[in-house]
Parts: sequence; structure tokens; C-alpha cells
Amino acid sequence: MIFGVPTQALFGQLLIGLINGAFYALLSLGLSVIFGLLNIINFTHGAQYMMGAFVAYFLLQWAGLGYWWALLIAPIIVGVTGIVLERTTLKRLYQLDHLYGLLLTFGFALIIQGLFRHQYGSSGLPYSMPGQLTGGQNLGFMFLPNYRAWVIVFSLAVCLTTWYVIERTRLGSYLRAATENPALVQAFGINVPRMITLTYGFGVGLAALAGVLAAPIYQVNPLMGADLIIVVFAVVVIGGLGSIMGSIVTGFGLGVVEGFTKVFYPEASNTVIFVIMALVLLVRPTGLFGRTT
Amino acid sequence: MSVTAKPAVAAPPARVATGPALATHQVAAFVVMVALLVSAPFFVYPVFLMKALCFALFACAFNLLLGYVGLLSFGHAAFLGSAGYASAHAAKVWGWPPELAILFGTVMAGALGIVIGALTIRSRGIYFANITLAFAQMIFFFSLQAKFTGGEDGIQAVPRGTLLGVLDLRHTYTMYFVVLAVFLLGFLVVYRAIHSPFGQVLKAIRENEPRATSLGYQPEHYKLIAFVLSATLSGTAGATKAIVFQLASLTDVHWTMSGEVVLMTLLGGMGTVFGPVAGAFLVISLEHYLAQLGSWLTIVQGCIFIVCVLTFRRGVVGELGRLLGKPL
Repeated sequence: MIFGVPTQALFGQLLIGLINGAFYALLSLGLSVIFGLLNIINFTHGAQYMMGAFVAYFLLQWAGLGYWWALLIAPIIVGVTGIVLERTTLKRLYQLDHLYGLLLTFGFALIIQGLFRHQYGSSGLPYSMPGQLTGGQNLGFMFLPNYRAWVIVFSLAVCLTTWYVIERTRLGSYLRAATENPALVQAFGINVPRMITLTYGFGVGLAALAGVLAAPIYQVNPLMGADLIIVVFAVVVIGGLGSIMGSIVTGFGLGVVEGFTKVFYPEASNTVIFVIMALVLLVRPTGLFGRTT
Repeated sequence: MSVTAKPAVAAPPARVATGPALATHQVAAFVVMVALLVSAPFFVYPVFLMKALCFALFACAFNLLLGYVGLLSFGHAAFLGSAGYASAHAAKVWGWPPELAILFGTVMAGALGIVIGALTIRSRGIYFANITLAFAQMIFFFSLQAKFTGGEDGIQAVPRGTLLGVLDLRHTYTMYFVVLAVFLLGFLVVYRAIHSPFGQVLKAIRENEPRATSLGYQPEHYKLIAFVLSATLSGTAGATKAIVFQLASLTDVHWTMSGEVVLMTLLGGMGTVFGPVAGAFLVISLEHYLAQLGSWLTIVQGCIFIVCVLTFRRGVVGELGRLLGKPL
């Protein structure tokens, strides 16, 4: 017993919190990368997360390709649809107020979610866990399912790799420079429009990757991203828009806080992230890791 | 940079200096609108019209913020919905008469507007949209869990009551003209706010905030007042809607409702006086006719968003005004 709560329940919620945190981190990382270069909030992100899960489902149903293939192929397929979307529509809006980009991606989110719901209804489709990751470990104080451990470790690895590429490599330095001053970077002979397109594709791919990871845990559902994405928006605001490390740390951190809230004060578990957001805004309007503008 | 098609900039400077005179074409358009709305219930299903009028007021209130201050709130459903709950609770549980219930809902939305506005008004553009959305989601979860809102069921069977102890609102036509009066009052408040010195400062902030600051105005104060006014009038719309439909439900606090009011304003014309009204009637008609098609409605709405953003940024009334050469 810790603070009058059974240890089993406490660690169980900690685990759920870490799992949710892994999804928050992956999704807010994608949003941050996109925001950094394109200056738009990608409202389609939740729909693209859902598409990732659906592509995994289709690959299994139609091509017989299992989880591991899906983990590789689904982000690429969804990323390519993102690139098409950016090339055909989003790029026309860069000269205008950034709010138009938000409204456009909101429109796409409505269309994509509407189409999937029309086709598959709003009940979930099951997606089974890969055989290698079934079962779990008994750690003495709690039971740890292998798949959940995998999700946490893998998403943490993806997040840290992304952070390393952006903050510590030459490619990343181009990216950061283009965030600061695209015209100057263009003048140095770097193809900034192509970089923007690929960045959008990458951010969308991260969302799809999160979708594939989520498929065996939650069911594959047309609306799985709709409400989740709003929580992720709050996570991004708390971490500071455009901050890579901020997204990762706040993503995992808030997942855990949410998990513990379920143990100690379940009524507030849905709202705790928004309350934290309000408090953070009072103290630091640009978020915990945001640059002061 | 502004979100809007710069509607009122065309007014000659002399008119600004002497205070805004009533533009004759706007008065004419107003008279036509009132004439249409007064005669409409004898040709069109009045309940449908009342719904459209509530949303028209909601969209006008929203446009005050988006069209004239350039702030995109993605959480206006919070004000519509919570005012609906407040007025439904007052009318049903406390047995208040409809005029007090609507007033109570309006005041509650205004109070909520002060709290959310104070927290969000320092942020700009996309941050503002994001943060208002998150706060609205918080209100949504609160409404889902709180006892008095009835959760998934909402507050049902709200009595319409008797207005000022004289007008029996159970009568559809009486209810319609009360809703029309509420709408026109709200519309004129918005019109007055836009065409006042206060409104001029708002437009100045929208066009160039640092410059407005250097002229000695405090943008945050003006923005906050505009935000609270917008929230309050959204509350009036929500409270009235709850009395008309005798129902306050989660639909009105959900983020899809925030998206809908953006769609109405965008389609009708941001920063135009009559645009949000036209947009609300168009979107509500669309919903009415596509209601049987289920998820196709969302798909069609998404398509309208994309067409508006890519090719039709002035909206219906904005384009009309451009053709006539006069801001409507």
C-alpha cells in the first residue's frame, strides 16, 4: 500500500499513463516538427493517426502483411498521402494568415473521418497483437504485458532519434535554420519547399506510426483520433509549440500525471491535462519549453 | 496580416473622424433582412427558423472576434453550451421565467468568457485557437461528468414558460417572434460595437497591433472586452436555444459545434455584418437536408471548408459586397 492505494493499482495506472504518454509524445512530436517549419497546426493529425491504424488493418486483411511490416509500411503510405495533401493544397496558403492552414487541415480531418465512418461505422475493428509480443513478465509487484513494454520502449526510441536528428545532425541544422529564416536558407542553395514537403510527410508518418502502435491496444476505430488530438493540442501548448524535447518530456510526463489522477481523484482524470494547461499559461504563456517570442 | 477581406477599410476617413454614419446600403440590407425574417414563419417551418436564428446570433458573436479582431477561437461551443445548461437548469429546476433563465445563461457565459479570456487573450493566432479549443474540451468533460447537466441525457423537458408573465411561449409563433427579437437585439449590439470608436480600435489592432499599442491603446484590454462580449452573446444564443428546444445537451459543448460556427462565419463572410447570418442559414439548411445521410454531412462540411479556404475566402456576403462595391 502506498498512500492508501494498493501497489498493484498504482503501478497499473502508472503503466497505462506511460502508454498514453507514449502516444501523446509521438503525436505532439509530429505536430511540433510540422509547426516548427510550416507554422501551421496540423488539425488532420488525429485523422492521420487513425489512418495509420487502418492501413495496418488493411495490410493484414488484403495483403496478409502482419504487424512488423505494417510498422514500416503504414507510416510511409500515410506520409505519402500527407505529401500529396501538402503539395496540392497546403502550399497555396503559405503566403496567407496561418489560420487558413488550420482551417484547411480541419476540413480534411472532417472529410477523412467522415469517409472512414461511412465505410466502417463507429464500432471498432479488432487487430491482434504480434505473436512475439504476447504474454508478459511478472515483476513481483506487478504484471507487465510484453506488448505494452514494447510500445513504451519503441516510442521512446523513436522520439529520441527524432530529437537527435533535428538537434545534432547537419540535416537537422538545415531544418532549424529554415525554421528561423527560410529565405536565407533558400539563398544558400537548399531546396526549402522540398524540405517543407518532406517535413510534413515525416510528421504525418509519425502520427501513422503511433496509429499502428495503438491498433493492438485500442481497437481500430474511425474516431480514435478525433478526441485524442485535442488532448495532444493541450500537451503541445504545455510543452511549448515547436519545442522537440518539450513535446517528448511533457507527452510522457502528462501521461503519467493523468494515470495517477485516475488513482487518486478519478473524476478529474479527463480534465487534469487542461487544468495543468491553464496553470502553465498563467505562469509561462509560451509553454514550459517554449522560446519567448 | 489579417484573416479577413478588410471590409470596412474602404470607408472614407472623414466619416471615421465624425463617428460612423449609418451607411444607407447597410440600412437597406437590414430592412430587407427584417422583412424576410418577419414573413418567413408563414412560409417555412418556424422551428427550423428558430434554430437558424439562434445559430445566426452565435455566428454574429463569433464573427465579432474572428472578423474584427482577427482572433480565431476554436472553443466557442463552451459558451453556447454552458449557457444552454445554465438557462435550462434555471428554468427547469429553479422554475425561473424564461426571460430570467435566458439572462442567467447569458451572464454565466459572460463570466466564463472573463475567466477563459483572461487566460487566453495574451496568446495569438494558432496558439489562441489551440488554447481556446483545449479549454472548451475541459468544459465538455465537465458537462459530461457534472451532476446537474445530466451527462449523456442532457437536461430534457425544459419548460418554455410565460415571458414576463404575459406571452405564453408554448405557442410556436409567439416563441418565434421572441427569438427574432432576441436575435435582432444581439445583431444590433454587434453592429453597434463594430461601428463604434471601440470597434475602430479593434480593427486597428487587427491590422497592426504594435502600431495600435504605440498610439496608446492597450490591445489586451480591447481584445478581452471583445472576447467577453462575444462569449456573452454566444451565451444569449445558447440560452435561447435551450428554451426553444427545451433541451440542453452535450452536442452544444462538443468541439464539432465550435467547428460549425467557424464554418458558418467562413462561408457567409468573415468581417462582414450580414455574412454570419447568411452562413448560419446556409449551414443549418444543409444540415436539415443532409441529416438522413449521416456521416456524409461531415464530409460535405469538410469539402465546404476546403473550397472556402482555397478559393472563396471572402464568403458569400463578402463576394456579394465586392460585386456591389459596398461592404455589407
